Amino acid sequence: MIGLSHYLIVSALLFSIGLIGVLRRRNLLMLFFATEVMLNAVNIAFAAISHFYNDLTGQMFAFFVIAIAASEVAVGLGILIVLYKKHGSLDLDDLATMKG
Amino acid sequence: MENFLASLFTFQGFAFYLFSFLTVILFWITVMSNNVLYAMTSLASGMVLISGFFFILGADFLGVVQLIVYVGAVMALYSFAMMFFDATREIKEKNTNGAVVFVLGGLSALMLVLMFAAPIHSESIQALYPMHEGVGNAQDVGIVLFTKYLIPFEVAAVMLLVAMIAGIILAGKKMDQSLTEMMDEDAGEDEILKQKDEK
Repeated sequence: MIGLSHYLIVSALLFSIGLIGVLRRRNLLMLFFATEVMLNAVNIAFAAISHFYNDLTGQMFAFFVIAIAASEVAVGLGILIVLYKKHGSLDLDDLATMKG
Repeated sequence: MENFLASLFTFQGFAFYLFSFLTVILFWITVMSNNVLYAMTSLASGMVLISGFFFILGADFLGVVQLIVYVGAVMALYSFAMMFFDATREIKEKNTNGAVVFVLGGLSALMLVLMFAAPIHSESIQALYPMHEGVGNAQDVGIVLFTKYLIPFEVAAVMLLVAMIAGIILAGKKMDQSLTEMMDEDAGEDEILKQKDEK
């Protein structure tokens, strides 16, 4: 039977994929995709714990995570558009203006 | 192994293994692909499959919200934003030493999992807002959301409003000017700057 640990392992796998993406990506838009992967992985863990402990709190937290992710995307994409208009690229190495 | 095979032939087990296999592959493509369109498509389909996880877990309302908000709204927002960027171009990224990143990412994820899992004694956890038998998930969620979590709900609503206004203001600036023309101007400025530097 599928238990809580199965879901938590899948969630940890997806989270580490997202983390690898965040560490590896240099393009800001792709960095956003990697953070979305991490947020979704956490949501799976919340829903699984909510199911196996018969408690609604996990689902509530998942709702708020989704709401925060939506507003993060709205503001973040606005900032990305402004950056792209200003620099013509979304590469983090190009945007680093404080080189020592 | 027998346990795995036995669980594979139940409905829940088969769905779980199928969804987890596909989401891991799709999110791996999202993280590794050099093409924005491939990355976005695989991210969207991975999110659809994650809502499948929610439906298996009995969180129907959460699954529907995942479909509407993530697949419907967030991915649509991404695809609108991609009209501003050159999406067909391959992204060139300078990746210095990928092995180090892999080891660091895996280790820090493992550390996070251990950090959060270590202090939990699963016996001592008790349900704060237990689910009710015979009541639909959406009804149950609604009752808890509008009684115990009313203030966070309202704060989230205000936050979404702020995010909407911020998005409009940030993206709407200079919307009447063409991006390519501006880029030509920028290129011209860059050349002037270079000439100054040479002097």
